[in-house]
Order: sequence, then C-alpha cells, then structure tokens
Amino acid sequence: MKLISSKATLWSAWILLSLLLAGYLGYQMVEAKQKPDFLIGEASHGHYQIEMACESCHTDPFGGKELIHDACLNCHQEELAAVDDSHPIKKFTDPRNADRVAILDARNCVTCHNEHQLEQTRAMGVTLADDFCFRCHQEIAEDRPSHQGMEFDSCASAGCHNYHDNKALYEDFLLKHQDEVATNTAATLPESTLSKRLPRKLALALSDANGETVDLKINRAWAASDHASAGVNCTDCHQPDNAKSWQQNPGLEACESCHKDENKGFLAGKHGMRLAAELPAISPAQARLDFHQEADDHQLNCNSCHDPHQPDLQQAAVESCLNCHDDQHSRQYKDSPHAQLWQKELAGESTAATGVSCASCHMPREQKKIAGEVQVMVQHNQNLNLRPNEKMIRSVCMNCHSLAFSIDALADPKLVSNNFNGKPGKHIASIEMAVDREHKK
Amino acid sequence: MTKKMVLKKVVLASTLAATAVAMSGCMESEAKAPGIDPKIYTDSLFSVMKADRTNYTKLIIQRLGPKGAGSIKPDEHWTDVDNGAPLPAQMFRAGAEAVAEMTSDFTYSLQSTWPINSQNAPRTNMEKEGLEYIVANPGKNFYGEESLGDTTYFTAVYPDVAVAAPCADCHNEHKDSPRTDFKIGDVMGGVVIRVPLS
Repeated sequence: MKLISSKATLWSAWILLSLLLAGYLGYQMVEAKQKPDFLIGEASHGHYQIEMACESCHTDPFGGKELIHDACLNCHQEELAAVDDSHPIKKFTDPRNADRVAILDARNCVTCHNEHQLEQTRAMGVTLADDFCFRCHQEIAEDRPSHQGMEFDSCASAGCHNYHDNKALYEDFLLKHQDEVATNTAATLPESTLSKRLPRKLALALSDANGETVDLKINRAWAASDHASAGVNCTDCHQPDNAKSWQQNPGLEACESCHKDENKGFLAGKHGMRLAAELPAISPAQARLDFHQEADDHQLNCNSCHDPHQPDLQQAAVESCLNCHDDQHSRQYKDSPHAQLWQKELAGESTAATGVSCASCHMPREQKKIAGEVQVMVQHNQNLNLRPNEKMIRSVCMNCHSLAFSIDALADPKLVSNNFNGKPGKHIASIEMAVDREHKK
Repeated sequence: MTKKMVLKKVVLASTLAATAVAMSGCMESEAKAPGIDPKIYTDSLFSVMKADRTNYTKLIIQRLGPKGAGSIKPDEHWTDVDNGAPLPAQMFRAGAEAVAEMTSDFTYSLQSTWPINSQNAPRTNMEKEGLEYIVANPGKNFYGEESLGDTTYFTAVYPDVAVAAPCADCHNEHKDSPRTDFKIGDVMGGVVIRVPLS
C-alpha cells in the first residue's frame, strides 16, 4: 500500500512538473516578449542585438523560409535597392535560371545567410564557404583572361567584387577614376544642410518653460544651443502638442518629430535596432566589440551622443564615440592623420569641413536631391557602409582620396586597424585590369 | 391558321431548338477549354512590350535625349549620371524585373546570341534554338514547349529589331559586344516570353 502511494505521488509530481514546464514554455512561446529558452544558437554579428525579439524575423511561429525571407527584406530591401544590388532576387525567379537555382537558391536570403550558426558565420554574415562564386561563375576566365588562375575564395575578399554592392567597383567606374591624385589636400567634406531643412523660427527668450522650474544651468546651455536659435523651446520636447503633461524624460519620438531621417537611420543601425524591435536600448555590456568598462551600463539613445540642452555636433562626432568604443581602430584614431585634420579644424587652423572625425566615415553626410535642391543629411545608421568596407569608397573615402588609394587602403586590414596611419600595404590591381582591357578593345 | 402555317411554325421551332442545343454544346465545349491559347497570350504580351519599347525609344529617348531637347542623358550607368535615363534595353529589362516581382504567371527577358552582358546569352536549349530561328527567319516568331526545373513552359521567342541607328551604333561600339556590324533593321536579339503550363 505504501509502495502504491509512493508511486502515485511520483506520478502526480511528474504530471504536475510536466504541466508546469509545458505552461512555462507555452507562455514563453506565445505570450512572452523575449523567448530565451527557444534560442537555438547565438545569432550573427548583425542580429545578436535583437536575437531575443524572435518576431523580428520569425513573424509567425508556424511560418517557413518564405516568411523569414520576407522579414530579411523588411529591413534590408531599401539598402539593397539603393546600391543597385548585383544579384537581386528577381533575376533568379526567372525559370531560365532554374538550373542555377538548383545549385544555389539565390531567391532566398537564408540560403547564404543562415542565422543562429555563429561558428560558421563569416565576415559578411555568410554561412557558405568563401568560394561560393564558383557555383555560377566557374567559366569567368573565358570572359576575363586576366582572371585565369585566380582562386574563387578571393572574388569577394580581395577588394574586387561583392555579391550585392558593387557601386564603386564596376568596370566603367574604375576607368572613370583611373587618373586621380591619391589624396586631394584641398578637399572638403559636404556640410550638413540640417539648419536649412528644419523650420526656422525666431530665437526664443529663456522664459519659455511653461511654468516648470528649470535648472539655470540647463537654461543657459539651451540658450546658447542650435535648438534655441532654431526656436525649439522646452515645451517642444517636454510637452509636445499631443501630450497633456510635462514629460521629464522625452523619448525618441520627441527627437523624431523634427529629426525624422536621423531617427530612421539610428533605429536601422546597431545603436538603435533594439529599440526598433521594442527591446530595451543596447548598452556596451551587451555588445561584442571592445568598450570601456565604465561605459558598460550606458544605454544608447539620441541623448547618448547629443545632449538635448546643448547639442554639440563636434562632441557627437568624436568624443561621444570614444567614450564607449575601445577597440584597436578607435584607440588609434587620435594618432591618425584624420584626427590631426580634425584637431586643426577645431582649433580654427583650417577651413570648415576639412577635419575627419569618427562620424565623417561612420555617419557620413549624404547628398540627396529633394525638390531640385541638394540636401546634405547625416546618415545615422552607422552600419550602413561598414561591411563590406568597400561601401565606404563612394560615400566617404572618395571625398578626399582617389578610387585606387581608397580600394587599396580598405583592403589592408593592418591599415584599417591602425586607423589609416600610413600608406596602404596592399595593392588591388582592378583598375589596371580594367584599363588593360579597355586598351585591348 | 392553316395546316401549312402550323407545320411551318413547328419546323421553325424545332430548328431553333436544335440550334439552341447545338449552340449550348458549343458554349460548353468553349467553357471546358483550358483558357486562352498560350500563343495568343504571348503574342498579345509581346505586342504591348514592343509598343512600349518603341514608344520609350522614340517618345522619350529620341525626343528628350541628346538628339532632341537634350534634357536627359541616356546612359548605361544612368543612376550615376545627373539626369541619367536608362537605355531602351535597360528600360525593357527593368519592366521584366518589375513584372517578376508582381507575378509568376509569365516571365520575359531580352536575350541575344551576341549579348553585351554574357548573362543575357541564351541558356536553355529552347532559347538557343529560338534565337537561331528568328535570326534565320526574319519576320517570324518561334514557339515551343520546354521543361525547366519541375515545370513545363510554353516558350515564345520574338525578334528584337534595331529600330533606330543608336541601337546598332551602341552595340557595335561597346567593348563587350561580340558583334560589331549591326545595322538598322537587323535582328539583334530576341524577346523570350515563358508561360508555365503545369
């Protein structure tokens, strides 16, 4: 009798525990915002920030590859279109490529970018072997004799070709820029037209704080700021039109009401992508790069780099970055020729927009023609031109350097690591190949 | 009413009834047909494509380009040129790619035995056969069926003729062109339209 009772207790406990476990997992799968127990493997460098926001990619718990593919495009389609993607999906949906698709299904992002396989993930988030170009272009030497004997794992790793973005690497572009001077010392970077774009009002008096007691120090800082001269007063951020009460700590939406493009870029990049996925803001402690230990708990939002009461773009362009980032490239910045130019500009020893800050390269000023007028905006997605680094050639390097110098410099990992202190130790012969072919025409 | 009249009415009514039955049979057999003939379908699609392509060449490129108002610059790398406009062949491909994003009920592409971009050379046996046929038989189209992957397609190939001097000149002068003696009226390539049958 005692034995039966003991067995019944064990069975009951087992059933109870099973139900509890099923309930816990079921709740996490269906209801919980974060689902750590369902994470099947660490995500790649591009997605680990949002790996706990499963729905960002797995938009339906019962969805297949197609849904994940749609989720990829949801975030990346715009940038692929902007760079004239060399291998767009639409090229592979044509049945004439059925044999190629059977070898490599280029209709789906996940064929090459398979997530949660961190150990197999290569620099560009690719989980295939580096010689994947071989699968379709094995006869390239017939079209391009200069490529005879080249290894297929060097196509996309030697500064010559990329699978998606070849905006700075196509043959006619190489020819067009074949005779440039390595460094144009008189060059300047584009200057932001932000102040022209935003509605300009008259400067305000210090008294516009809607009756709130305001720290005098904050008041003084604001009075000297661009916000004050643009007529952005206390209530514009702390009590916008639709808010009933004073908000002590306005969120992103307050900034976004004027800085829409900047906010969009911020949310698309690593600094803001967790916020875009409705996760708490990222902090250096959660990231995979090297950061200053004292910055570990720093949470990334607009105010991290821009003090709203004293928006200082020079501070935001270097010091704000270096307050957190402590990798080799960042540490070497202050000894670099770029930093010397920046210091000269700050000291008033050179003309405006001749200095090169962290932001000059990682948050470049982009020119866009809007309603017939050229507008220059700061791209706040600091990831947009990061990988492959040839993305920087047109948006950044060629403002001051030749195409040849830019390609060589970016192809030299040592030079990148020491923050371009010196000359490229590598040479990529792509321009010579293009010129040679042109002459043989 | 005479007996003769009654007989006439009966014959007429019978005839009408028989005609109605016969007509309904016809209608039925038409309703059971698999739909529009693929040849008529692809011919119709091609006529729209050809009309749009010719109109783009004449109404936009020739009128607004360097030989007209000079307000646009047709260029192979048109996205990198101020006021750049896609060349007619690129515009045609852009249409094919946009359609591919909207439907898989048909696909089309512009191909040539002498392509500037080798990716636009014929790939399947039927494409090769079709392009050879339209070059050897000016003014005629090519039709056939082929299996690609696990699907059978009705494949039609239509001649793509040089309608303006710049078409031939540009291909003749391009460093990647395998042929340099095109002239107006030549078949430079073909439009391949595919419709899945199974």
